[in-house]
Formats: sequence, structure tokens, C-alpha cells
Amino acid sequence: MNDDTPAPPPQEQNTRRGITRRRLLSLSLLAGSAALGLPRPASARPEFSGWPKSYGMLVDLTLCVGCRSCEQACNEANHLPKPAKPFDDDGVFNEKRWPSAKAYTVVNRYPNPTNKEHPLFRKIQCNHCLEPACATACPIKAYTKTEQGAVIYNEDLCFGCRYCVIACPFNIPGYDYESPLEAKIVKCTFCNTRIAKNELPACAAACPSGALTFGKRTDLIKMAHKRIMENPKKYIDHVYGEREVGGTSWMYLSGVPFEQYGLPGNLPKKPLIELTEGYLSSVPVIFTTFPAIFGMLYAALHKKEKKNEHSSREVNHEQER
Amino acid sequence: MNRNADIAGRTPSGEPGFRERFLAKLFMGMSPADYSRSLVTPFNLLAAAILATSLPVFYARYTQGLATVIHANHEYPWGLLLSWGIFAGEPLFAAGFVVAAAYYLFGMKQYRVLVRLAVLGGMLGYAFAASYLLIDLGRPWRIYYPMLINFGPSSVLFVVAWHVGLYVTVQLLEFSPSILEWIGSRRLHRWATSITVALIIGGVILSTVHQSALGAMYLITPGKLHPLWYTSHLPLLFFSSAIYAAMSFALLLAFAAVRYFREQCDDEFLSQVGPLTLSLGKGAALAMYVYFVLKVLALAQDNNWALLTTPFGYWYLVELLGFVGIPMLLFTVGVRAESIGLIRVSAFAALIGIVLNRVNVNLIAYNWNQPDHWSQIIPPWSENIMILAMVTLHILVFRWIMNRFPVTRELPEYRGLH
Repeated sequence: MNDDTPAPPPQEQNTRRGITRRRLLSLSLLAGSAALGLPRPASARPEFSGWPKSYGMLVDLTLCVGCRSCEQACNEANHLPKPAKPFDDDGVFNEKRWPSAKAYTVVNRYPNPTNKEHPLFRKIQCNHCLEPACATACPIKAYTKTEQGAVIYNEDLCFGCRYCVIACPFNIPGYDYESPLEAKIVKCTFCNTRIAKNELPACAAACPSGALTFGKRTDLIKMAHKRIMENPKKYIDHVYGEREVGGTSWMYLSGVPFEQYGLPGNLPKKPLIELTEGYLSSVPVIFTTFPAIFGMLYAALHKKEKKNEHSSREVNHEQER
Repeated sequence: MNRNADIAGRTPSGEPGFRERFLAKLFMGMSPADYSRSLVTPFNLLAAAILATSLPVFYARYTQGLATVIHANHEYPWGLLLSWGIFAGEPLFAAGFVVAAAYYLFGMKQYRVLVRLAVLGGMLGYAFAASYLLIDLGRPWRIYYPMLINFGPSSVLFVVAWHVGLYVTVQLLEFSPSILEWIGSRRLHRWATSITVALIIGGVILSTVHQSALGAMYLITPGKLHPLWYTSHLPLLFFSSAIYAAMSFALLLAFAAVRYFREQCDDEFLSQVGPLTLSLGKGAALAMYVYFVLKVLALAQDNNWALLTTPFGYWYLVELLGFVGIPMLLFTVGVRAESIGLIRVSAFAALIGIVLNRVNVNLIAYNWNQPDHWSQIIPPWSENIMILAMVTLHILVFRWIMNRFPVTRELPEYRGLH
């Protein structure tokens, strides 16, 4: 399970050191573009393809047996409220569940198109995108993608607009709709405090079937492709999350199409931030050009008006406007 | 023309003391008892009933949480409350900037009498949009966080927040001459009117950005919004449809003024409503043709023709042909025949189309591929009553202002000063 023992991550999560696309966009929006007033093509910016040594998780869906050990371990490690039904109750599989304010992760059951006897199971949690849509969408920047790989949410900044939930391509952030005035987003933290102590994420440590492999993301990609090569009949030739929405820290291997597991099959390969940055860079252009255009228009019309005033020598309140 | 001057706008140098003048203005020249009696009308009773029914719902929102009163859940974080209150409302409230730009920037003099009414419609609309947000936000008292506490400039919502915030301020300043005339402050009035043109240009910028930003907010949801509604042209589509929504709303506001506030309108306003409705109808028809073509271009660019024969495709055609195409043709016929009535009907149909489009993007075509989609998007009665209560309040505040402030009439002592 642990081909890579986690190396001690940097003491401080200093995300300011590196230059991410988001940071560049911020800077250009706040200063540069305002003066230049020109939208720059996305390709002119350095590509950001994830922190180089970040961690990831490879989920081999063919190995998941739906025991829910990961759910239980997650619940205990994160001190979440006890669920209404115990973790060994298979009744929960009769409904479709999502992570929520009370659970960072849930396991769902899906029908198996090739073998009705053996249904499919998938553990759902935050996929920790390399360029997270939630972080792009947050107007208060309450989300941070750490160098270790986790996407972390800061409750102290959040005002509860839920645009991150709208933006998340995987429907992940859970929100406490039942809390009247202290509602917050609740989501998987990739056990970033455990990783900092050289421990495995709780779910990976608890998984008895070997479905979860924790390690460096770059190593996991190699491992995933190796498994597909060695067992081409068992797996479809696709590592889900390697490229989707610019890549995710959690990646999946499967024997059936990923849509069968409820994973969206219609996602673009590029990071979702690229879909909005064109629009955002046009905003400073509007601010720069509109005053000039409309100021000139006003001046032109006003001048004509003044001229009329002189020629007709008719002074009434209309012309003073 | 000045038959109201003695009721609502006594001259600043008039004889009665401040208290008397203030109360006279507040009670529209009536004694408090007469004023209270005048409030008992069928409409007011209905409004009171709606507001009373909604009170426990609002109470539940702030004591038991959003889940108890609105449809909002994991897959559909935004319910009809936000679709209606923000996304469907704001294109209408562009009326203020469109009419002000026509008059101040494009030099269309005939719009002068309508400017204040349109700016009032816009200002009030934005204030209410912010109120809908205060109901929906998890921690409403943090509403200023994107402005002061931490910045997320990569977010389109950050752009929306800033622009709405600034634009509400600009609109309040744009409308301030009316308020200052009501109060009777000449010095502030002179100052407020001197910055008008700068304000109008600022308003045009802020509106352009924020109307398009509402559409741009959905650019980040390519996997979740149905491909017929998801297009890279969303910002342009939202902006261009806001233009005809604004014109339709402005001409319906003028209709409401002459129909329900006739005694507050001066003769100039009354005589101008017909020609202005015709002019706005022309503009709206033109803007709708532009929007219609842009919609078809978006369809063609993404080559989504095949999707038109799916159930979502039929729904898309209902929206595009039924609520853009038909109002557009009605406008055209109405303008050609110079039929004010038909133009008003067209404007109403066009606004239904705007609401439908925004609800489609927010709710009906959003997360359309989730298995239990249709059962998830029906709002509960409590959410509907909240919306109804907000609409009622909106009308009441509008009426309160219309009955007092010089909006559709010019006070003689301020003639030519604004």
C-alpha cells in the first residue's frame, strides 16, 4: 500500500513562494492589465501543472469492496459526529449519498453493467484539483491549494455564498444548510495535519483491500499506467484525474467507464480557471476605454449643444444640463 | 402642473417649522389619523396578509437554517430565491443605466422626464437584490468581506460583488437630487447635480461589467450546465439581454406611474409617456434582434443543433422562440402600428423570457445530468412565500417613494437645476 513513505513536508505552507496562475491573474488584474488595458492570451503565461512534489492518492476502483472502513476511519480521525446508521449497515447503499456537513467522505454503490452479482463501489471525497475551481470561484479566497496537495478551506473568511459548490465539477463541497448563522463548507482536508506528521491519510491507513494508494502524484501516475499495461483486460486505458480539469491529486483506475461510477465524463482537460480568465482580463479594458469613449461622446454632443445655444440665443434650462 | 407642490414640496423658506414640514411630507399633507385611515385598502390588506404569512418563514431561516425554508441542497446550492432575486431581477434593474445613458450620454433629450423614474427603479432593484443575498448568505454580516477582508480577484463573483456594491452607491448618488429636493437642501443639491455626468459614465461601466459578469459566473461550470445554455458567449448574452430587459422594464415603470400614480405625474411626464414608450419599444425590438442572432450564433459555434431534438432542446426552443422570438415580433408590430398597448404587452412577455432564461441557467439546466434532477429543483411553499413577500415589500417601498419624492414631476423651484 505504501510504496512511498511520505517524506517530511516543508514546515510552513508557504504558498507565496511559487507563482501560480491564480496569483499571476490576481497581479495582472490588480495592476498590470489596468494600465495596459489589453487582454493577454492564456498561453503568454507560464503554465502551472501542479506543485512538483505534491502528494496524491490512486484509487483502484476494481479493488473496492464497499466495506466503508475508510468512512469510519475518516469520521474518527476528524472527530465528526456519529452517523445515524452504523458503519457496518449496508442499508445506506440503497440511497445515493454525497459528502456533507457531517461526513468528508461516503461510499456509494452503483450497478455493475458487466456482472450483476458484483456491484460497483466508489468512495467519494474531494479530489484536490491541481487548479481547483472552488478556489478560483471563491470571492474571498478562502481556499488554498497547498504544496503538499491538499485543498484547504478557511472557515474564518467564508460568508457562505456557495459559489464554490456551484463551481466544483465533482459536486464535492458540503455545506451546513441546517446551521442558521454559522453555516460553513465542510470537505475532505486530505488529512493534511496527519501528512505533516508523516502519517498516512486516515482512509488510506484503514483500507483493507488495497484500493487506496498514497504517494507522490508523479509516482502514482506511473504506477497507474503500469497497472493498466500489465493488466489491459482488467482496466480501461484511462487514469481518471490525470488530465481532467487540469489534473487532480486523487486519481482513479476502473474496469468500466467512469460514468458508471457517477464520475462526470464531460469535463474539459484544461483547468476551469482558463474558462473565466479571458472574461476577467477584459474587465480592466472596459474600465480603461469606456470613460474615454463615453467622455468623448458626451463632449461631442455637448459641444454641438453649446453651439446651438449660441446661434439661437435661446437660453432655457435644457442647455444647462 | 404644480398641483402637488403644496403637498409634498413646500419651499425651503416656507413658514411652518421643521417638525411640521417633516410630518406633512411624511404623511403626504394629511393628518396622522387621516393618513392611517387612507392606508386601509384591499391591496394593503393583501400585502399585510402576505407579509404576516412570511414572518414565521423568515424567522425560521435565521433560527433553524436555510434548509428548513428554501430548496437548497448539496447538488443545487442556489434555489429559486437567488435565481429570482438576483439573476432574474438585475437585468430589469439595468433600466437606470440604460435610460440615464440615453439622456445624458447619447443626448436623447426626450428621455429627461423618465430618468428619475428609471434610476429609482434601478436603485431600488439593486437594494432588494442585496436583500435577497442577505437572506441566502450563510453569514450575512460578512457581506463586505470581499471588499475589505480578503480578495479573490480570480473569482467572477468577486467582480460581481465589487460592481454591485459600487453601483448601488452610484445609483443612490444619481437619485440623490430627488431626495435632496424632498428634504429641501439646495447646497447639497447643487453639489450632487454637478457630478452627474461622471456618475452616469461610472454607472455604465459598472453595469456593463456586472451584467455580463452574472453570465460569466457560469463559465466555470462546463460539466454541470446543459450544453445548450453553456457557451463561451454567456457574458455577452447576459449583457445584451439586460439591455432589452432594461428598456422593457423602463416602459412598464412609466406605465405603472401613469396608471397608479397619475396624481404624482406632472403634465410634461404624462404627455411624454406615449412617445417614450414607442421609443423604448423600438430600442427593445432592436436589442432583441441582436440577442436572438447572438443566441443562434452561440448555438452554431458549438454545433449544438442535434441537441435541439432532445427534451432539453424542446425546452430551449420554448425559451428562444416563445419568449424571445414572439415578444420580438410583437414589439416590431407594436412599433410599426404605434400601438402603445401592444408594446406594453410585448415588454411584459420579454421580461417573462428574461426570468425564464435566468431560471434555466441557474436551476433547470444546471446539474441537468444528475439522476434525480427534476424532483430536486421544485421550490417548497416557504421559499415561494419568501419571494412573494420580498416582491410585496419592493412594491410598497416603491409606492412610498413615488408618493413623496419628486420622481415623475418637477418641482417649480428646482426647474433647470438638475
